[in-house]
Amino acid sequence: MALLAASGIGISFGGVRAVDDVSFSVNAGEIFSVIGPNGAGKTTLFNLVSGLYAADAGNISLNGESVTGLPPENLAAKGLSRTFQNLQIFFRMTAIENVMLGRHVHENKSVFRHLLGLPSTGRQNRETRDYAMELLRRQKLEAIADQPAGSLPYGVLKRLEIARALACEPKVLLLDEPAAGCNATETAEIDHLIVEVANTGVGVVLVEHDMKLVMAISHRVYVMAQGRMLMEGKPAEVANDPRVIEAYLGTDIQGGEAAHA
Amino acid sequence: MRLSWDNRWIVPGLLLLVIVAIGLILPSSYYYRVGALVLISALAVVGLNLLLGYAGQVSLGHAGFVGIGAYAVAVLPVHFNVPTPVALLLGAFFSCLVALAIGRPILRLRGHFLAVATLGFGVLVAMVLTNEIRWTGGPDGMTVKRLEILGERIRTPQAWYWIAGFTLVIGITIAQNLLNSPTGRALRALHDSEVAARVAGVDVARMKLTVFAISAVYASVAGSYLALLNGHITPDSAGFLHSVELVTMVVLGGMGSLIGSVVGAAVLVILPQALTLFHEYEHLMLGVFIILIMVFLRDGIVPTLLQRLGRKP
Repeated sequence: MALLAASGIGISFGGVRAVDDVSFSVNAGEIFSVIGPNGAGKTTLFNLVSGLYAADAGNISLNGESVTGLPPENLAAKGLSRTFQNLQIFFRMTAIENVMLGRHVHENKSVFRHLLGLPSTGRQNRETRDYAMELLRRQKLEAIADQPAGSLPYGVLKRLEIARALACEPKVLLLDEPAAGCNATETAEIDHLIVEVANTGVGVVLVEHDMKLVMAISHRVYVMAQGRMLMEGKPAEVANDPRVIEAYLGTDIQGGEAAHA
Repeated sequence: MRLSWDNRWIVPGLLLLVIVAIGLILPSSYYYRVGALVLISALAVVGLNLLLGYAGQVSLGHAGFVGIGAYAVAVLPVHFNVPTPVALLLGAFFSCLVALAIGRPILRLRGHFLAVATLGFGVLVAMVLTNEIRWTGGPDGMTVKRLEILGERIRTPQAWYWIAGFTLVIGITIAQNLLNSPTGRALRALHDSEVAARVAGVDVARMKLTVFAISAVYASVAGSYLALLNGHITPDSAGFLHSVELVTMVVLGGMGSLIGSVVGAAVLVILPQALTLFHEYEHLMLGVFIILIMVFLRDGIVPTLLQRLGRKP
């Protein structure tokens, strides 16, 4: 049984069918990449799957349970987490507090207990902090744990977002261009981390423009163009498919993205 | 300021020391009155800071809750023979209910729209208080029955200085407990990215409602104290200008700083008193002072000074 499955999902904005009749499934431990030219609908697809948009057609299921139309806060509790293409960091909080927030679904939510400052809250804070610190350590970010996130460089924030997404112990992790704007070293580290996460049984859905990264670590690649599926296959099949090359070159004269492939 | 769980007593402890130290040396009833006003305002500002400074949700109608608290201890004992302490608690409870009721529709709004909606709420409360003359005495206000504890009437500014002081220490402790908890992290997260908070599993609507209700309770208790200290209350306590004053105190002292709330309240209560020396230029000087503070201490008095101290250890 697939961990995450979408069948026939779609959404329109104004008259534009941004995502149309898209179906796919992701298994545990798999790295499933979604590629396509700019405007193909990849990020919209992510917003549909993560519950930020409500699909006007189709079904989504997580772990065999239908989650169609559920808001993101409920999906988080069911084990779906994501990062964003344009950073969504809590800049006023410290790096570790950003990651600690990712533990929210596992924490006690009794406001009265929190107001009274019971020892159990202190204990939980320490557990959450320890867990978050472990995640930072995994990405060698422990040194910046107590710095305000607003003062950190872009590459660090990209990795911080991944750490936050991992903090909820997701079964499915959606990564929207995790390596965009990162230098070669950082990209290599992110690449390594994604493989490691998938090896622990998490289903990873990856949108990425860095084709070297995609081709190196993906198990399957899903190609989108103009909101629809163009093809799906192993990285090598996709890279050599004439339809894929045409989709990239045909919509973008510069062929900027295809050049990476 | 980031406090870990283990040194969470530092801020309330220091505050208690300062309040006691000042309380022992103030020379006259007038000073105690000003001191009590500072502490009472600070209580409301701490609550508003949770909403505005930490969670990033604007309220331009917070004096509405101050008005509810104030009139609860004025109306209930006089017209319904409710004991004053019970009236205070009922006022706080009612403020909480009102916040939950109006918060549900208006907290969906953001930025300017939320500001205007809350402003409308404040104006509404002030209007009701002005027009229900039979209960509230109308625009002239009404006399408030003094608080009695064990047959003793509490009316001196000294007594209210101490009551307000201890309440503020408790209020700050509670606020700090909240901030150092999962709920606190969630509400601070709203300020920067609601989307990221939702994806992390935070029920954003519930969180906004929670902090709005908590801040309403702070304002309501402050309103009750204000009425009991003055012995007289008018609808101005719920008015728009008072709401703006509270927001100014938050921003002046420092958004997202509990001690900043106390400092902001102190500056805005004490400064006009001190500036009476300048007679007709009083308001001009006050305006100039506020502008200077905002220009040179942009993040508010306390956060800016802490940053500067941090840079030169």
